[in-house]
Formats: sequence, C-alpha cells, structure tokens
Amino acid sequence: MEKKNIQIDYNDIVIHVDNVSKSFGDLHVLRDVDLKLYNEENLVVLGRSGTGKSVLIKLISGLLRPDKGNVNVLGEVVNELDERDLRALRQRIGFSFQNSALYDSMTVRENLEFPLVRNKRNLTRAEINKEVEEVLEGVGLSQAINQMPSELSGGQRKRIGIARTLILRPDIMLYDEPTAGLDPITCLDINTLINEVQERYKTSSIIITHDLACAKMVGDRMVMLLDGKFERQGTFEEIFDTDDERVRPFYDYNFIV
Amino acid sequence: MGSKIEKLLIEFAKLHRFMMSFLREAVSPPYEFKEIIRQCYEIGWRSFPLISLTGFIVGFVFTKQSRPSLEEFGATSWLPSLISIAIVRALAPLVTALIASGKVGSQIGAELSSMNVTEQIDAMEVSGTNPTKFLISTRIIATTTMIPVLCFYVAGIGLLGGYLSIASKDDLSILAFFTQVFESIAAKDIFAMVLRAVVFGFTIGFASCYVGYYSSKGTEGVGKAANKAVVSSMFLVFIEELLIVQLLAIIG
Repeated sequence: MEKKNIQIDYNDIVIHVDNVSKSFGDLHVLRDVDLKLYNEENLVVLGRSGTGKSVLIKLISGLLRPDKGNVNVLGEVVNELDERDLRALRQRIGFSFQNSALYDSMTVRENLEFPLVRNKRNLTRAEINKEVEEVLEGVGLSQAINQMPSELSGGQRKRIGIARTLILRPDIMLYDEPTAGLDPITCLDINTLINEVQERYKTSSIIITHDLACAKMVGDRMVMLLDGKFERQGTFEEIFDTDDERVRPFYDYNFIV
Repeated sequence: MGSKIEKLLIEFAKLHRFMMSFLREAVSPPYEFKEIIRQCYEIGWRSFPLISLTGFIVGFVFTKQSRPSLEEFGATSWLPSLISIAIVRALAPLVTALIASGKVGSQIGAELSSMNVTEQIDAMEVSGTNPTKFLISTRIIATTTMIPVLCFYVAGIGLLGGYLSIASKDDLSILAFFTQVFESIAAKDIFAMVLRAVVFGFTIGFASCYVGYYSSKGTEGVGKAANKAVVSSMFLVFIEELLIVQLLAIIG
C-alpha cells in the first residue's frame, strides 16, 4: 500500500531531544544528540545494532534518564517530571516493543483492557468492550480476542502490541524494531498498519529500525545514528546518497546490490 | 573494598526505595482487589496439597521421635502437650515459611524476573500503569495474609499427624487428645505463631519480589532470580526466627 502524503507543519514540534548524552559505565551511547519530531510526522531512526536507537526512545518515554540535556515531549521536560506527572504524560505516548511485551498470563482482551481500566476508571463495562473491539478491529484481529499471547504468531503479537498502545489514543507512537524477526509479507502488513495508524489516529511517530524497506515505506523523514550522533538526516534518497563507508553497507545489504 | 562498600550502600538505597514505594502503593487507592484475590489463590490455595503433606509428616515424625525420650520417664501422657506447644510455637510457622520460601518464593522470583526480561514491566510503566501497585503490592499483601492462614492449617494438620502417631501405640481418643492440646496452648502461644507467620509472610513476599523485579536481563537472570528468591527468603526467615525467639523471651 502506497503511503499517503501527509502535510507536516514544521513549526509544530512534539518531541525535542535537546543536546542529550547517555552513557552506561564507560560506554558512551549517545553524545550530545539533538532531534525534533514534528506533529503527525513518521520519523525513522536508522542505525546499527547497539548504537543507542532503543535507548533514545526509552529516554523519550522516561524509562531512562539522560546524563546530560533535556527531553521535551508535548511541552513537558520528561527528565524533570515527578512520577505522577510522568505517568500522566505516558498515557499520551504509545510504545510498541520489539518483542511485543504482551502480558503472557492474560488473554488478548485482558491485555487491551489493562491500560484502559487503570487509566480511565470511570468507563463502564460496555464502553470498555466497545473500545477493545474497535481497536482490535483496527488491527484486523477481532477473532483473537479470547486467545492467549502464546497462541499468536509473531506478526499477530506485534499487531496486538500496537493495539494495546492505541487503546489510550496516544498522540505519539514509538515503535522499537516493528518488523524484527518477521517474514517479508508480515513486514509489509506491519508497515501498512504503521501508516494506517498515522492517518487514522493522527499520531506522530518515531520508528526505530534497520530494515530499510520498512524505513522507505513508513518514513516521512529519516535520521541515522552513527557513533552516538545523528550524522545524516533527510529523505531516504538523501540519506543514502553518499559514499560513507559506515552508511553504504546498510543500503547494499538491504537491497542486495 | 571501596567499590564493595559503594555497591552495598547502593543496594541499601534500592531496598529502601523499594520498601517506600511498596508502602505508598499498598495504602493509596485505587486498590487492585481482583489481583490480590488472584494472588491469594495462587499463593494460598495452590500451596495446600504440599503444605498438607509436609505438615502431616512433620507432626507424625516429631511425635514419633519425641516418644522414646518421654518413655524413659514414663511420661508419654505428656505427648499431646509437648507436641502442641512445639507445633504451635515453633514448628508450624517455620515449616510453613520454609515450604512457602521454596514454592511461593521461587514462583514470584521467576515470574517477575521473566516479566522483566520480556519487557512486560516496562510495558506497564509506559502505559501509565504503576507496576509496583499491580505486581509488587498485591504479591506482598497476599503472602502476608496467606502465610498465617497456611500456618494455622499446618498447625492443625501437624497435630492430626501427631495424634495418629500417638494413636498407633496408645489408646487415646481424638477428643481427649485435642482437649489436652487446647489446655496446653495459651493465648501467648497463638500470638507468637501469628507474629512469626506475618513476619515470615511479609519477608518471603518482599524478598522474592525484590530479587525478581531487579533481576538481571536474559534467561540466566530468571533462573538466578528464582534461586536467589528462595535462598534469601529462607536465610531471612531463620534470622528473624532467632530475633523473634529473643524478643518473645524478653516479653515473657
């Protein structure tokens, strides 16, 4: 499915990673990185494994704190928020994990209800059911409502993981390696779903990946993490229009040149 | 040496933060009643078969082993009094705690650790849900309430085992046995049993949750967490037993 052209307002910033550094012991993962995400934009973050892509979205969601700099999300400085305010902000951020992170002791219905009943306590049973069914229909898995996560395929688990984040109607979506470990056809389905989410829910998204087909299909803009910094930014063509030895193999491997 | 002290201090700080976080979430609404009941079922009801067998065997064997000593003095008629005091004051809470450390402690440690490894705890965090309230408070509340219940049950089943051991040799009715048992047990013995059971229950829940929640990543971390949960729970139970014995001796 072709990605629809979405008009992005480049004055409307929803995330600003401002001069952030993060280290783990002697390992300097991010060095003074600066990144902006604009409203309703799909931003792809490319980079080799272990370059700090997942650390970046964990900083944005407040799972990690930066050593230096600030992370601004929807007008709030994430690293300065107390627990209560951070929890309120997180309701506006959807996080799709690489391994889906479904609660394996709960059915699909219970997985989807979990964030809903705990964040919107005034909902009636009928309203909860309606929300769950609606969001499941949105990811095309209505029939899986009573299944356990262990009974689902990798692609289905990804979809349910995305549905669980969408149930709170977030403004921002963070996708951590959405197509990792999936076959090409399921990858296409997931990429299409990411685009559908952007159109239907008007979300702004950061997609972490090293799958260039995914990047090309879903990204409005791309950045590439190299040695702890965003060295390259632009469209897919702009990123790979280079002879940089750290960048070319990415393209060559993905497109088997 | 300096880094070891630093590590120890960091560990104490983490323990303190974990405890404060538990206390805050345990008393503040909204409450996770449904999950507490589910945990009580998992921890309490599902431990009944193992606890029943262990409690019965402990009562039976303890009585059998005590008989020869009393026989030397021709005091076998004191057996019901002796075993009732021993079971209620010490054996029931200790046996329950040790069995629960193995069964419940390893279960909690492995479960939380595997949730940690598969990022399920992070998923709760980022969805605006408090994992301490849902995962930790519920389990600690369940162990603190269910271990005393199991302890009463172990005392009952242990006494039954003791009776069957006596009845296999002597002509003693069950009514006469339990009359002698209740005449021997004072209110302070029941208090000592409940105190131990509550303290042990809290300790098993807290230690197991702590090691599971802060386990290292990877499948190896799950095994280590389960093992550490059992070892630390048992170790702490014995230390607490020592302290409670001293405390009760002072109180009288």
